[in-house]
Formats: sequence, C-alpha cells, structure tokens
Amino acid sequence: MPFIDLNLQQLQSKLAGGEFSSRELTRAYLDRINATGGSLNSFITICEESALAAAEAADIRRKKGDAAPLTGIPLAVKDIFNTEGIRTTAGSRILENYVAPYDATAIARLKEQGAVLLGKLNMDEFAMGSSNENSAAGPCRNPWDPNRVPGGSSGGSAAAVAARQAVATLGTDTGGSIRQPAGHCGVVGLKPTYGRVSRYGVIAYASSLDQVGPLARTVGDCALLLQAVAGFDPADSTSVDTPVPDYSAALGEDVRGLKIGLPKEYFIDGLDADVKQAVETAVAVYRDLGAEIVEVSLPHTDYAVACYYLVATAEASSNLARYDGVRYGRRVDNGSGLIDMYCRSRAEGFGDEVKRRIMLGTYALSSGYYDAYYLRAQKVRTLIRDDFNKAFDQVDLLLTPVSPTPAFKLGEKVNDPLQMYLSDIFTIPVNLAGTCAMSVPCGFSGQNLPIGLQLIGRPFGEETLLRAGHAYQQATEWHLKTAEI
Amino acid sequence: MSMTREQVAHVARLARLDLADNELDRLAADMDAILSYVDKLNELDVDGIEPTAHAVPMENAFREDRVRPSIGTEKALINAPAGDDSCFLVPKVIE
Repeated sequence: MPFIDLNLQQLQSKLAGGEFSSRELTRAYLDRINATGGSLNSFITICEESALAAAEAADIRRKKGDAAPLTGIPLAVKDIFNTEGIRTTAGSRILENYVAPYDATAIARLKEQGAVLLGKLNMDEFAMGSSNENSAAGPCRNPWDPNRVPGGSSGGSAAAVAARQAVATLGTDTGGSIRQPAGHCGVVGLKPTYGRVSRYGVIAYASSLDQVGPLARTVGDCALLLQAVAGFDPADSTSVDTPVPDYSAALGEDVRGLKIGLPKEYFIDGLDADVKQAVETAVAVYRDLGAEIVEVSLPHTDYAVACYYLVATAEASSNLARYDGVRYGRRVDNGSGLIDMYCRSRAEGFGDEVKRRIMLGTYALSSGYYDAYYLRAQKVRTLIRDDFNKAFDQVDLLLTPVSPTPAFKLGEKVNDPLQMYLSDIFTIPVNLAGTCAMSVPCGFSGQNLPIGLQLIGRPFGEETLLRAGHAYQQATEWHLKTAEI
Repeated sequence: MSMTREQVAHVARLARLDLADNELDRLAADMDAILSYVDKLNELDVDGIEPTAHAVPMENAFREDRVRPSIGTEKALINAPAGDDSCFLVPKVIE
C-alpha cells in the first residue's frame, strides 16, 4: 500500500515498527505534492528542504527511543499560522513577503513532538471567504471536481487532505472555515470549543470567533492532532485553563443511549435534495447504532448570518488596523505623508473581500451606528447562544448538514457577497455560541460531490463529538472513498 | 436605506483605505445590500438582553509580572518595510 493511502494512526504504527523512515515518508509526500499540488493550487509555500531536515531529525529521535506520537509525521498547515523563518502570507498581497519571526503555539507544539511541516496551505485572504477564491495566490480547486471550489476559508487544508498531499492538516474556523471545506472535500474537520486551542501566533480575523482545529480523513486522526495542540497557553489569555482529556480514549465507546437532537430550523426548504437525503440516511445509521433521535429547536438560527457579519467584520476592522506598512507587510512609497502612506499601502495590499469587511466593520462601529448595529448584534449573539444552551439541556449532541448544497462552481458566487455569506448558514451559529462541532463525510451527490454531516457538541464536549463521529465511521465507508487525482 | 458615495468615502477615510471612485460606487451597492439584509436583526426585541462580547465569560486574565525573553530588536525588524539598526522608519510626521 503506498504511503499516501495510510491514515495517521497507521503511519504511527509503521514508523514505530521501522517499516519505513520519516525521511522516506516525507519524500513520498513531497513527490505527491509536486505532482498534484500545481493543478489544485492547494499549497502557497512548499517547505521541501526544512521538511526533509525535520524528517531526518525525527528518524534520529526515534532511534534514540524518544519518539512522541507525531514524531516524523508529515503535516501541512494553513498559511495563517506564523511559522518561524517561513513565509506566512494569510493569502494576502499585503503579507506576500512576510517571514514569520516566531512560531504560533500550535506550530511550536507540533514541532516539540517532532512533526514534519510539508508546507503552508492556500486560504481565503485573512480567512475571509467560503470558497478559497479570495486568495492572492489564486483559487484552490476541489480534488473531486477541479471546476468547483474546495470551500473556504481553509480550502487548501481540506483539498490537501482529500488529495492525499498530507495525512492531516491544521486550519482555522471563524464561521465554518474548517467544517465547510471539510464537507465539500469529503474529509473530517473539527472546530474545537473557543479557548480549547491557543490562538497565539495565528493571524487574527475575528478574535472572539477564531479557533484552530484539525482536518484529516478519519475522526481518530483528528483526535490525535487535537491532542497535540489543545491546552492552555499563557500567551493567549482567552485560552481556557481546563484539563485536556485523552481524546483517543473517547473513540472506543459506542453511541447507545446518546441523545441526538435534530434542530428543525436546519432542515429547511432551500436544502439541496441530495444533502437532505444523505443527512437523513446518517440519522438512520445513528438510530441503528442505538442513539436516541429527538427534534429540537434553535429558534434564532435565521438571524445568525446577519449577527455574524456585524460581529466578525467589526472585529476584523479592528484587527486589520495593524497592517499599516510600518512594522511588516507591504508599503507603497511614502506618498504625501504618514496618513497617505497608510491609506495607499492598505488599498493596494488588501483584496476586495477584505476591504468590504473592513468597511462594513468600520461602519458598524462608527459613531452613531454602534448601538444600532454592533451592540444589537452582540445582544442577538446572546439569544443564539441561549438557544444552544437550552438544546443541550435536552440532548448530548446536535446533528445537521454542514452546508445547504455540495461544493459550488468557481466564479458562481464571487459577484454576490450576500449569497456567498448565506452558504455558511449552518456553521456560523456554532462560532457565535463558542461551542465545538465537527464535519464528517456522509455521502455523495448525484454529481459525485462529497456531502458533510455536522455534529455539534456542548462546550468542551469534544470527546462526545469524537466518540459519535468515530462510531459513524466504523459503520460507514464514505471516508474511504478517494478523489481521483 | 441607501449609502451615498460620500458616506462610503467617509468610512473609507476612517478605515484608512484610499479607494478609487469606482471602488466606492461598488462598495456603496454591496454595503447597501448587506446592511438591508442585517436589518432583519431589528425584528427581534432585544430589550434587557445582555450583549455577548466573548464566547467564554472571562474576567481579567492576570499573570505574574515577570521579566521574560522577548523577540529582540533584530528579529522584530526583519520584516520592516523601512528601518535601520534599531527602529522602524516612517514618513515625516511633524513639519
């Protein structure tokens, strides 16, 4: 079996058993990336030299008997993580030559274990987008159909796993940016609870919503990667100081007696027929496995997208003020003075969608509009969070579609920002509530496009998510299908 | 409601974005459409509802006031568009 067909758990045991070295494995992945990465445009930067050096160091570490779970495992990460000495662009022209001077905490934790970093993955500029079309590096394509988007903003992170260019990747999720591309590319994507993983060194979009999480082909592999990056970090004052459980231990338990809620607001008229059928079939699988299925209500679902596009853009307008052409990033010439230099550097460096969101956020926070927009949105956020709290009084998990349709075509929604925003209608509420959720492959459309199932858990309920996701993958074979590329 | 080019230009100045007239016109149309959509939040009665600024309720996060190594001048300056050995250079601010 070629290396690239193995999952992370299998790679671990074969590396441990000495069947191949990390250097051989890393070489195989780099060859795969070089052969297939160009047509998908999944990578922004390939780290060939440093990856091979890290692989050799991992092999030496293993010989010394000092291997950690991820020692020698080749991974790739969204180009939003600061990686010391490696160009980090966040998909933006304004950062096209930025070389990170330090590692994000999540990256440092992977490196401590001796993981191998293959490269930096394509993404929507500053994580703003649902299609990976807003990237200064050009759009990334869906491995299942190159005329379609991989989803976004972590499009490269999902496409690389689906194309078997990396066994697992890290992405970030602010309104669905891990789960939606995972769903569109037929892989597993986990957005942990807000505060579970440090955001230190992750280029910020909307700080009260951003969260780091893994993408992989199996739920078990996501558990391994989450284990590596989860936990309190003094450098991120919003990371939560609560013990990290043994996530892999949760995988063994069955779902008998688990109460799963179907929020009626997520099974609406606009839902694509293939998506509806795939999700209903998944519900039947859970029923057969012994879970109890009940209908619940999240009554403020319909307001989540509007709420999100005020909260997220307000935070973005503030976060992106740091790109001023002074300390790092693009600067045009000095112009007619400091303010002129700021204004022209930013106008030249940012893409259209980023400008649109900065403008919306600035407007929502501006004098005379703050109460009507930003403050009202924060109050609606409370109502949305209360919906989830009430639902979790009744059930252990929620089950929904990830997206209303399978992956759409490149160019289909670029000129209609509102339609693009509405494609995240099922993922956005989770970020506003701050809880955890996971996308799991659950079927294919008539056009052979992957469909994703979303499981939503209580805050810090990742173990229940993993347990239910793993049980589903034991009972189904959707995750074993591979894109032909 | 309807955004005028002048209003959009004002917001662009606040956001420190130097936008061309055609960009201002396009943004006026986009912002109009998006703001009419978000107006649906006015359907809800939010009187007496506490705003949620953050998903995790958190008071001030204190840590020990202790000197620790930091990134250092040289590293901090490697990405500077203009700098010398010890500082960032900016266009003249005071005449």
